[in-house]
Amino acid sequence: MNRRDAACIVGAYEHPTRHAPDKSVAQLHAEVARGALHDAGLQAGDIDGYFCAGDAPGLGPLSMVDYLGLKPRYVESTDTGGSSYLIHVRHAAQAIEAGHCNIALITLAGRPRSEGSSGTQARAYNLLAPEAPFEAPYGLVPINSYAMAAQRHMHEFGTTAEQLAWIKVTASHHAQHNPHAMLRDVVTVQEVLASPLIADPLHRMECCVVSDGGGAVIVARPEIARSLKRPLVRLVGGGEAVGYVNSAHMDITTSAAKRSGAAAFAQAGVTPDDIRYASIYDSFTITVLIQLEDLGFCDKGQGGRFVADGKLISGQGRLAINTDGGGLCNNHPANRGGMTKIIEAVRQLRGEASAAVQVKDCALALAQGTGGMLGSRHASATLIMERE
Amino acid sequence: MSTETPVRTIPAPLVNPEAQPFFQAAAEGRLIYKSCEACGRPHHPPRSICPHCHSDRTQWKASAGRGEVYSASMLRRGVPVPYCVAYVTLDEGVTMMSDLMDFGDATPPVGTRVQVRFVAAEGGAKVPMFGPVEAL
Repeated sequence: MNRRDAACIVGAYEHPTRHAPDKSVAQLHAEVARGALHDAGLQAGDIDGYFCAGDAPGLGPLSMVDYLGLKPRYVESTDTGGSSYLIHVRHAAQAIEAGHCNIALITLAGRPRSEGSSGTQARAYNLLAPEAPFEAPYGLVPINSYAMAAQRHMHEFGTTAEQLAWIKVTASHHAQHNPHAMLRDVVTVQEVLASPLIADPLHRMECCVVSDGGGAVIVARPEIARSLKRPLVRLVGGGEAVGYVNSAHMDITTSAAKRSGAAAFAQAGVTPDDIRYASIYDSFTITVLIQLEDLGFCDKGQGGRFVADGKLISGQGRLAINTDGGGLCNNHPANRGGMTKIIEAVRQLRGEASAAVQVKDCALALAQGTGGMLGSRHASATLIMERE
Repeated sequence: MSTETPVRTIPAPLVNPEAQPFFQAAAEGRLIYKSCEACGRPHHPPRSICPHCHSDRTQWKASAGRGEVYSASMLRRGVPVPYCVAYVTLDEGVTMMSDLMDFGDATPPVGTRVQVRFVAAEGGAKVPMFGPVEAL
């Protein structure tokens, strides 16, 4: 496919709230939809495709389509946890290319902070899941799943707690420039390591925030995108993959990002060396490190060195990550960080990131999501976007 | 193999027909796992159809109940009683999720030798967990 024919992200909006005890989840979805429409210069009546995931209240897309008053001719509610929205962007582009819709809206919203959610609580997953009898008794929750991946990575590759802490330090350096970020204080490696151990070896400061809010993006046919007034951001590559434990050949130090990333780079015809900005899903510090390796930004096992010493702070090295402060400092609405990953990549490509963290002449950006649990089963999605 | 008193409330496994033999064996103090006669590879959690080769010739096999820690993590905050989730690679070559117990306050390092014990969950079903290898 000619790049000029690739679908474009024409609207992107991150809700400014991080605490919304007085709003409904559906209301937050509607507010982010409105924000993205306004950003794109479109009307609700222009939307003919709608995508949402498990954070949307109701059965699949049904309640939200009704609540928003949409008339889609294409709907999808693939749910792979926090990576869902990156998959939605890819699927929306495919649906547009196939002629099934022209302008697709993707929304995410939730109120885990108001509802008292925590990564030390078991996720309410389907008790009929085949693995449930073999996992539920043992208390697998998000943080100890990721912690086991970290523990094994440290064992196999000598990754250190200090190196992991640098990922949080990097996020905090970026978040200080984001007035909406939930945590805006710059922290040091020592402060990260002095915060309480939650699940060995992960400390409290290595966990993403629990925030209310949401975000939305709009994907459109390129002809329509060119008729709008916003900078053109094209989806030039995408990939998705599901990862799970192979009980006969264990390896929880490699994620499905290895496959989703390879597919996205192949489709885009670029390599990690070409990328100057990347949004890397950061539910925990270890999530970032493993994805950077699996995407090919560094070799497997070298992630610790790659993230250390502030090399991923914008302006410090060849690559900047999570310049909005990421899930570690800025926002992780609905316990799902995928949407905000897309939005900050779009900001970077448009030149609309905070001035202090804007990557100069950012023409190519990557957004990477991991949903589910790295130490058991997860879905990875990779998007590569280009500014015209 | 000893039976320990749980130090925390263990959620009951919701046992389905495919999982029932595993928990029946656990109730009798035996650890079993599935292996495929067609491809020779073990797997866990147990399925009737092999996830490696999709043969239906899967068979239950007995484990000696010993293995080593593949990875583990002590969860210290946000729960009433800290506990240590783990993957244990059995000497028979299959890895299963479990909890480690009787190792004190520390997370046992990768490679630590462990031995199965059976712990009562809510509702009385027994689930396999792993502790230090007992002296013979």
